[in-house]
Amino acid sequence: MSPPAVVEIEQVSFGYDATRRVLHDVTLRMPQGKVYAIMGQSGCGKTTLLRMIGGALHPDSGTARVLGADIASLETAELYALRRRMGMLFQFGALFTDLSVYDNVAFPLREHTNLPAAVINDLVLLKLEAVGLRGAANLKPSELSGGMARRVALARAIALDPKLIMYDEPFTALDPISLGVVARLIRRLNDSLGATSIVVTHDVAETLPFVDHVFFMADGRVVAEGPPGEVERADVPFVTQFVQGNVDGAVPFHFPAPGYRADLGLEAKV
Amino acid sequence: MAGLREPVQRLGHSMTERILRLGFASRFFAYMLLHSGTAFRRFHLTIREIYFAGVLSLIIILVSGMFVGMVLALQGYETLQRYGSSEALGILVALSLVRELGPVVAGLLFASRAGSAITAEIGLMKATEQIAAMEMMAVDPIARVVAPRFWAGVISMPLLAALFSAMGIFGGYLVGVQLIGVDEGAFWSQMQASVDVRNDILNGVIKSVVFGVAVTWIAVFEGYDAQPTAEGVSSATTRTVVTSSLAILALDFVLTALMFTGGTK
Repeated sequence: MSPPAVVEIEQVSFGYDATRRVLHDVTLRMPQGKVYAIMGQSGCGKTTLLRMIGGALHPDSGTARVLGADIASLETAELYALRRRMGMLFQFGALFTDLSVYDNVAFPLREHTNLPAAVINDLVLLKLEAVGLRGAANLKPSELSGGMARRVALARAIALDPKLIMYDEPFTALDPISLGVVARLIRRLNDSLGATSIVVTHDVAETLPFVDHVFFMADGRVVAEGPPGEVERADVPFVTQFVQGNVDGAVPFHFPAPGYRADLGLEAKV
Repeated sequence: MAGLREPVQRLGHSMTERILRLGFASRFFAYMLLHSGTAFRRFHLTIREIYFAGVLSLIIILVSGMFVGMVLALQGYETLQRYGSSEALGILVALSLVRELGPVVAGLLFASRAGSAITAEIGLMKATEQIAAMEMMAVDPIARVVAPRFWAGVISMPLLAALFSAMGIFGGYLVGVQLIGVDEGAFWSQMQASVDVRNDILNGVIKSVVFGVAVTWIAVFEGYDAQPTAEGVSSATTRTVVTSSLAILALDFVLTALMFTGGTK
């Protein structure tokens, strides 16, 4: 029997308005305990899908079940209860700039638990140690590098030991060392917490080696999925182009335009 | 006729937009009031905002109050001495400040000093996804971020207006009594005899509370509703100052009309 699914998306369609559909009939299932990647070009709908899994958006049609709950049917209080079992790392960390590193990590603990200060202190130091930044506890977010800020945000995201951890473009604007550190942390934290992780990214080289399963999205649809080794070899033109970074292919280099010669006035426009 | 259609359509569209936004602002206000529990249960959150909105506005409020009072004394003396009633300078300074200038000028200064800061802070929190992060951590940003700032503004504003008036009266005393030489006894005793606690001071306090609600409501709403870009935050900050200044002046007229007409005093 396969492990229970943490995320089950069934035939979900979604658009921010009536004219612009972002997700078309997306179906995917994420069993517990693995690290998943959702990959695709900018604007392909992967961040929208992640926001839907986080309960910020409701599907126009289809069902989205996360940790056993149907997202669309939740009241605000129920959604907040569900979110206490989730952690999310935002693209640039989204640390609270008026709080120190320590207070940022302590924030969810102070908001959601009545633990004594001494216990909160131990937990915060434990989480900061896990991301290697215990020594930076008293710094302000403005004093951190991009990579450090991402790691502090990661410590904050796992403060309540979530069952599901989501990463929205965790590698954007990171140097190679920080990038490797964040990638290893995602894997290690997922395994040590027994959680399930979803990484939304377009960074092929860094992501494929450490994830268990990858979903490729194009134009709001899942075009290929499977373990990284299999998907890379799959005969899907978009995936081949995306993984190899080819300039032209399933996604054309040129934005649709009328004839070049006609635009230059060398022949009559049709 | 065809030429008229487009401007009329545009006007209609812009009016509908404004009315919708006002409706959204009202729902936001009601939601904020309903979720103000945190701001009082964890009062240290509100105290912290009182420091930023109130305490840090003290310098501008006190210095401006002093100068306004000094100018009032100079101008008032000039007119009063023509009619031989320069002893009434104390009444003129005190009533002008307590009834009008205290709440109104302090409100305008508060809007530009604290209102703009509140909008910019909340707008930038939104632009840097701090608000979204809070929601993902199952913490309601309206209860945690917006409500404490709102109540801090409502609490700070009457205190700042009172301090503005007090400094203004002191400035009036310095210029009227110390510089020009109006009789000190007459200055204070006429002021004490003529300023009424209910009709003058209480009405001034009511005005400043109303201005505090208006300015802070506009400031938190504009910040929360700002486009999450540098340009969006900058135009939201501008809108806060412009809208709340106009709101103060318009509300002042309405409140004055309600309070001081009908020969109550």
